[in-house]
Amino acid sequence: MTRQLPTLMIGGLIAGGLALAGCGAPGSDTAPASDASAASQTYVPPGGLDEYYLFYSGGHSGQVYVAGLPSMRHIATIPVFAPYPATGYGFDEETKAMLGDYTWGDVHHPGLSQTDGLYDGRWLFVNDNANNRVARIDLRDFKTKQIFGPIPNSSGTHGSSFVTENTEYVLVATRFSVPLPTGRYAPPSAYADEFSGMVSGLRVDPETGTLSVGWQVLTPPFNWDLGSTGKGPSSGWAFWTSYNSEMAYETLEATSTQADRDYAAIVNWRAAEQAVREGRTRTIGGVPVIDPAETSGVLYFVGVPKSPHGIDTDPSGRWIVASGKLQPVATVFDFEKILTAIENRDFEGDVRGVPVIRYEAVVEGEVPVGLGPLHTQFDGQGNAYTSLFIESAVAKWRLPPWSAEDRADLNRVVTDKITVHHNIGHLVVGGSDTKAPYGRYLVAMNKLSKGRHVPVGPSQPETSQLIDITGSTMTMLYEAFTEPEPHFAQILKADAIAPIEVYPRAENTDPNAVWTAAEAGVSRSGNQVTVKMLAIRSRLVPDIVEVTAGDEVTIHLTNAEQTTDMIHGLGIGGHNINVIVDPGETKTVRFRATEPGVFPFYCTNFCSALHQEMSGYLAVKPR
Amino acid sequence: MSVSSLQRFLDRPLSLRARLVVFVGVVVLAAGAFLPLWRIQLVAPQYAEGLTLEIYAHSIEAGNDGQDLQEINTLNHYIGMKPIHEADFVEMQWIPFAIGVFALLGLRAVAIGRIGSLVDLGVLFSYFAIFSLGAFAYRLYTYGHDLDPSAPMTIEPFMPVLVGRQQIANFVQTSVPLSGSICLALFLPMLVGAIWLTVREDT
Repeated sequence: MTRQLPTLMIGGLIAGGLALAGCGAPGSDTAPASDASAASQTYVPPGGLDEYYLFYSGGHSGQVYVAGLPSMRHIATIPVFAPYPATGYGFDEETKAMLGDYTWGDVHHPGLSQTDGLYDGRWLFVNDNANNRVARIDLRDFKTKQIFGPIPNSSGTHGSSFVTENTEYVLVATRFSVPLPTGRYAPPSAYADEFSGMVSGLRVDPETGTLSVGWQVLTPPFNWDLGSTGKGPSSGWAFWTSYNSEMAYETLEATSTQADRDYAAIVNWRAAEQAVREGRTRTIGGVPVIDPAETSGVLYFVGVPKSPHGIDTDPSGRWIVASGKLQPVATVFDFEKILTAIENRDFEGDVRGVPVIRYEAVVEGEVPVGLGPLHTQFDGQGNAYTSLFIESAVAKWRLPPWSAEDRADLNRVVTDKITVHHNIGHLVVGGSDTKAPYGRYLVAMNKLSKGRHVPVGPSQPETSQLIDITGSTMTMLYEAFTEPEPHFAQILKADAIAPIEVYPRAENTDPNAVWTAAEAGVSRSGNQVTVKMLAIRSRLVPDIVEVTAGDEVTIHLTNAEQTTDMIHGLGIGGHNINVIVDPGETKTVRFRATEPGVFPFYCTNFCSALHQEMSGYLAVKPR
Repeated sequence: MSVSSLQRFLDRPLSLRARLVVFVGVVVLAAGAFLPLWRIQLVAPQYAEGLTLEIYAHSIEAGNDGQDLQEINTLNHYIGMKPIHEADFVEMQWIPFAIGVFALLGLRAVAIGRIGSLVDLGVLFSYFAIFSLGAFAYRLYTYGHDLDPSAPMTIEPFMPVLVGRQQIANFVQTSVPLSGSICLALFLPMLVGAIWLTVREDT
């Protein structure tokens, strides 16, 4: 079974990945039995509220998008790694400092914080695959609070941001190995010897959520791909898949796909934590790094067929499912067998001092799910759902325990399949990574939306499709065009959180905040001009700011409102400045008034009947 | 009734049951000092949950943890209405004091009271109640009429409704007395009832 690959798969790749025009008449094969019935399941009337949040990654847009389920309506955008004028993100001093010199990021895998293996509604972590950063969004106000990075010894944080069961750590792994420490030169031809990979855990402060480096484990230069955290019997363990066990460095498409199996990393993070605590590490890039050749008991490998992508732990924590992109199976590992194999040293060799667990000793079965399996999610009812990229479908199958008959023919455990449009990447079932999934809905995040929408030119949106998984067969409910480009997503019950709608004035500790017109004003010290500006319906106070060319101007803008949705802005003509302040918020913007002239400024976020009148002038006198 | 018989009537000591009724009346009156007296609510499409002010003898409690007062003031500035500040309400200092005086006089009647003292108390309390209600109505009148002519919006001066509801621009204003007012209002009939009980038991 593991070797049936070549012609079938190559054909599948071409049909699925390259010649998508052949992917069937849109909608014909998956139209729900009754459109009216599907509509009634997703219809949220005007004024009605969705039951779930869908937090989906915005890929290289750098942002996180919030939609509601089951309506699939886009509700909000949370800017993370890219400026977002709509909320003034990246214009004020605080968010500018957080973004640093970057104007983009590549958000892949949002991870909700957990307590005792369940979502606790505190934070959402997201990774930047491009620039080696992880950000923390606070779900109290849906704002990015920290961007941590560049993470030392990390390049291409793809295998992130999977959260451990009590939010002790957020996983990070290098997709692209480089010579370490970062910044050292070695010729790419010396890849196998000079380049290194790293799997890491970022520590999360339990009170503040602040991220820092927890532990790092040095690995051969495999391309670490996706991760998952353990629970139950696998509590304290973390898993990653990799591709390129060939350690090739060019033409990866061909050179990294030669081996029948690549390695999954099985990391005992409690042991890693202890090794760091006991100093059994060396320092690379300023942080403690565990060399598994010197410190045993932290890292193990096991083979996974073939060029694997997703690795997912089931809600019980016993079954670990990994899918090989180039092998039409989902491989199920039994974590209890993994523990036994480690205990009995049931290894089939080692790679640079890292024991490789004997595959046959730990595999429970290879489930023939279909072509191009990528990711697996769980409904908590013993069912697994695997996305099939090449086949453009989702396969539903039963987790072990399996009967003898099942084992004899694992096709029996694949119970349903539904076509999606087209070329699905990730899929998400609410709470799949917790010990108590919500089940109910599955969202398929498809890479190609070809033919699914009225034409919008060559830049195409992505489609995401909502599938009802409550019955024995999956039912297609709805389709939405999601901002490029959703990779993974998280679903959270709407009543699991109670976000604030205004910043309570009592919590504003900014020393430059002003709450009345009397406190607002302009002061000067040398060529430093400080403006404490008040925004309240429908005035900006002061509305005339006089400066001299060459002055450095600092504006502290306070929105003195305390009512929901009374948001104000300050856009300054000709200065590339737009600050948006939510009710009760103070933000600071700093700029040099270089050119003489009179520049209008105005409230950019429509607020009130006299919003148009909420304006003023920045008058810059010649020096 | 001759002058001397009126005097005898007024000098008649209160019966035990009458004293009990006065005592209960004092408790109810005291409760009125702590319970909300009036609610003014403003509802508009974008304020479906309403902006609420609850008026107590000693304070104004605005809805939404006090934010509704700021919101009402922010909205009212568009029509040039004076901002509502609790500190401007001098009656919130003397009304609790007055209720205390009436409660003490009531207790005095419970201890050594005659019908005459209840008559005095009833007359004074009626004056207090009518004056307070009048002052409250006058305040509302002033807020609705003393409008800044340079405000962004010019509207006809108006009388906010005292009890009931009315439309003001995009808002529906509802104004209703609450439990505290009912407590205060009950005090007077209880005094009358105590007099009646004393008279009835003597005949």
